[in-house]
Amino acid sequence: MDRDAFLAELKTICGDRGVLHQAADLLVYEYDGSVDGAVDTERPLAAVLPTSTEQVSAVVRLAYRYGAPVVARGAGTGLSGGAVARGGGVIIALTRMDRTLRVDPVNRTALVEPGVINLELSQSVGPQGMFFAPDPSSQKACTIGGNVAENSGGPHCLKYGVTTNHILGLEVVLPDGTVTWIDAHGPGVGGLDLVAILVGSEGMLGIVTKILVRLMPSPESVHVHLAAFGTMDDAAVCVTNVIGAGILPASLEMMDQLTIKAVEPAYHAGYPMDAAAVLLVEVDGTGAEVDEMSAQIERIAGESGATSFRSAQSAAEQELLWKGRKMALAAMGRLAPNYYLHDTVVPRTRLTETLRAVNDISQEFRLDIANVFHAGDGNLHPLMLFDRRKSGDVERILEASHELIKTCVSMGGTLSGEHGIGSEKQGYMELIYTGEDLAAMAGIKLAFDPRERMNPEKVLPKGYMCGEVRALHNQAMAQKHGIHPM
Amino acid sequence: MAIQTSPFDQLVKEASRNMRGFSGKDTPDDTLLQDCVHCGMCLPTCPTYRLTGNEASSPRGRLWMMKAVADGRMDLLDPAFDEQMYQCLNCRACEAVCPSGVQYGPLVEASRAQLEQHRPRPRWQRVARSVGMRLPFDDIRRMRALTGGLRLYQRSGLSAVLQRTGVLKRLGLETLEAMVPPVRERPLVSGRESWQPEDATATAHLFNGCVMSTVFSGVNRAAGRVLAHNGYATDVPATQQCCGALYVHAGMMDEARRLARINIDAFERDGNGAIVVTAAGCGAALKEYDHLLADDADYRDRASSFAERVVDLTELVGTDRLVQPTVSASQQVTYQEPCHLAHAQRITQQPRTMLGSVPGLELTEMRESSLCCGSAGIYNIIRREMADDLGDRKAQHIKDTGAGVVVTANPGCAMQLRTSLNRNNINAEVRHIAEILDDAYGGERAARDGTWAFQRATPPT
Ligand SMILES: Cc1cc2nc3c(=O)[nH]c(=O)nc-3n(C[C@H](O)[C@H](O)[C@H](O)COP(=O)(O)OP(=O)(O)OC[C@H]3O[C@@H](n4cnc5c(N)ncnc54)[C@H](O)[C@@H]3O)c2cc1C
Ligand code: SF4
Ligand code: SF4
Repeated sequence: MDRDAFLAELKTICGDRGVLHQAADLLVYEYDGSVDGAVDTERPLAAVLPTSTEQVSAVVRLAYRYGAPVVARGAGTGLSGGAVARGGGVIIALTRMDRTLRVDPVNRTALVEPGVINLELSQSVGPQGMFFAPDPSSQKACTIGGNVAENSGGPHCLKYGVTTNHILGLEVVLPDGTVTWIDAHGPGVGGLDLVAILVGSEGMLGIVTKILVRLMPSPESVHVHLAAFGTMDDAAVCVTNVIGAGILPASLEMMDQLTIKAVEPAYHAGYPMDAAAVLLVEVDGTGAEVDEMSAQIERIAGESGATSFRSAQSAAEQELLWKGRKMALAAMGRLAPNYYLHDTVVPRTRLTETLRAVNDISQEFRLDIANVFHAGDGNLHPLMLFDRRKSGDVERILEASHELIKTCVSMGGTLSGEHGIGSEKQGYMELIYTGEDLAAMAGIKLAFDPRERMNPEKVLPKGYMCGEVRALHNQAMAQKHGIHPM
Repeated sequence: MAIQTSPFDQLVKEASRNMRGFSGKDTPDDTLLQDCVHCGMCLPTCPTYRLTGNEASSPRGRLWMMKAVADGRMDLLDPAFDEQMYQCLNCRACEAVCPSGVQYGPLVEASRAQLEQHRPRPRWQRVARSVGMRLPFDDIRRMRALTGGLRLYQRSGLSAVLQRTGVLKRLGLETLEAMVPPVRERPLVSGRESWQPEDATATAHLFNGCVMSTVFSGVNRAAGRVLAHNGYATDVPATQQCCGALYVHAGMMDEARRLARINIDAFERDGNGAIVVTAAGCGAALKEYDHLLADDADYRDRASSFAERVVDLTELVGTDRLVQPTVSASQQVTYQEPCHLAHAQRITQQPRTMLGSVPGLELTEMRESSLCCGSAGIYNIIRREMADDLGDRKAQHIKDTGAGVVVTANPGCAMQLRTSLNRNNINAEVRHIAEILDDAYGGERAARDGTWAFQRATPPT
């Protein structure tokens, strides 16, 4: 391929300033938010900064012609290497497409470009009494486009559901450059639900250029409580009891002792330093509902052995309690230079068991593992602390991670709760999916992107990519129907 | 099927052969660099990233480049590295939000110091820099002389003539001209004035600054009166000099250290009361003297004690013990947070407490009040385009509030706001928070006939 000719054509689309191609400029597009060691960095062939759907479409079309892979990128906060270009791809950074095009307070929707920052959307519609419910801890920085691609979740998804529950329609640039609009299923919309397929597809099926999101009405009243426990088990029991009592808090988050140690000195959120675990519970709804739920929760916490229970008295105090949780992940930098965050959902009934197994792994590998997670829906985030400059640390972490993932899967857990597979968990796919499952996924990829040009070498494990897929697919289908190919 | 990357790989490889890394004095601290886990949480707070959407113009990108230079993957003298180290406003918004506690400021300053040391510069540039930078800041008396000339120039009508005839534009000096407000008062000479309330309960020592003591001497006097109203007997230690912040920002560390030592000496003489600063940029630099002099055995500990005494005016008086002002000011104001107050010193509530105490004053918050206005030391002079974009964005936000007055707490911001508002034809006055409070306490007149005596100390002999 003639790189110079390709770059020259890119420039006619995005302008000189919209195309980055010097080695030094591309250096900063070789990573995303994922951990060094778990995801390899790789310098792309070029990076473009388009400002319109037309430009995105033209770039994709051009890359298609030259046979260059393309990779969409939002804020690059992803944790599974999704936005790192494999095989000399072109990064399409959507950061300049960050306009909110329309807000409809009557139907409670907003039409946004993919580069709009999650929290800023909620802030801008806040005065109209609405918010965008999916709230990943990275919401200050991550983009709605990235949320769609990863089907991101957050603390409030316990009550409100994850990103896919809040997407009403998408404008998508398909791998050959075609622009199309797809509606989410709802009353009156038939056919295949393509929005359901696109959301969570990790940038492998198309580049999202406009998003129609559902906004939720801001709750009338919100209470935030903090319950501290002497053991992790007590805290886990409390979670089960709250849900068992039929209460649906807006969020129910757990943090262990190590996490408290990282967070409290940094943010002075008021978490008791001597607690083995704290639960952060938020309830919302009408005034009366919230009062009643709060009283119930306080009672259940007491019965479950809480050593203290505190309710935020002001909006500022609520925010402070939350700050500790939202910033927990990144505050780990204070305990160790590097961390590796895992992400799995286990059945809530096996929460305690899984936590114990995690603890065993921490002992076995002499590793600090912090736990900060969405307890309400069993989404665990074991977080391994390490120092990549110490020789052997990275290897030890990767080994322990392998053990951890296998353990979680054996508890009936998933590979990913919300961070995606990307290139990070690719190798583990076969742990939970059969050849047939994978062939079915590859079949969908193939239908959208027969030439494998869009975010290639991600999600599907080796052996389920490129031409292999077609062969495998045929083989799987043949087996299924009892036909034995020669 | 795979795309051919060989010519490109070749380029990367060739480039990596002769990488110059960090070396010599003032290298970015590797442990500090490792603190960044490239999570990206700082991106949206960064003004240059907001304007460009380019990762290279983000804090994470800049830190990654520093790491690459340290690891021998990028050349210290790569133009892209140079560009980014100086495109950064050093506003430190990234530092304030970084959950991993990355100390960005010292890292970018050290990187600049490296560039200063190792970059070959044409002779004329070196000369121009030392004249441009050292002449005014090395000795406060020169700054006074310059301002004296400026005052004369503004009063003589020459300014108006030059503006009309477009001479300034031709000389490329119009920005400078538009930035500087009319100099109304004579300079405040350190050691010559003090404010002594009869019922003083504590002592304070005013840090006079170079621009503050000259172009904005009125603000410093207002601050003296505000302090006195709040029970502080306030003097202005005589032998102090400019804080050296602009040197630090430019990576001229030795020049900065020289000034730091002079100031430490100056403030040790007058007891150990609070050192009160009226310019956020100076305050941030003074609070980091311990870092600046960490390798100086004689000054290390003294620098720490000095740094601990430093407070911003708002930090000291904007508490719940603030003496309530009584003179009503029925006006609508908005508050522009200086980066070096909000981000570098994390002071955000106290100025609002002060404004909230003024009877009749209505504070309307603007959008992005803590996003850099584009001033950033001398950034607005050396990087016009980016600074103008930020200034325009700020001016628009100010306009949207409908406020007639923008309050700030740093001379650089004041000048940048003034220019930006003028350029956008927005009619709003720029004032320092000390002036607002001083007015609300009754101003100079109240000071003269009021409850406490206004004393002028005799000049040191
Ligand atoms: C500190 C921290 C905390 C986090 N907490 C959470 C959490 O609580 N919950 C959670 O779910 N995630 C969390 N994440 C992960 C991450 O923030 C989310 O996955 C987020 O949605 C990624 O958004 P982004 O804009 O950064 O996307 P990027 O990282 O830039 O991209 C992610 C993927 O999306 C694709 N993509 C991006 N934009 C588009 C588009 N317009 N069209 C098609 N594909 C696109 C990319 O190709 C890539 O595969 C966290 C990350 C960090 C660093
Ligand atoms: S500076 Fe801090 S916030 Fe920014 S990427 Fe690094 S660790 Fe994250
Ligand atoms: S100091 Fe300011 S301009 Fe520089 S990287 Fe940080 S936020 Fe951006």
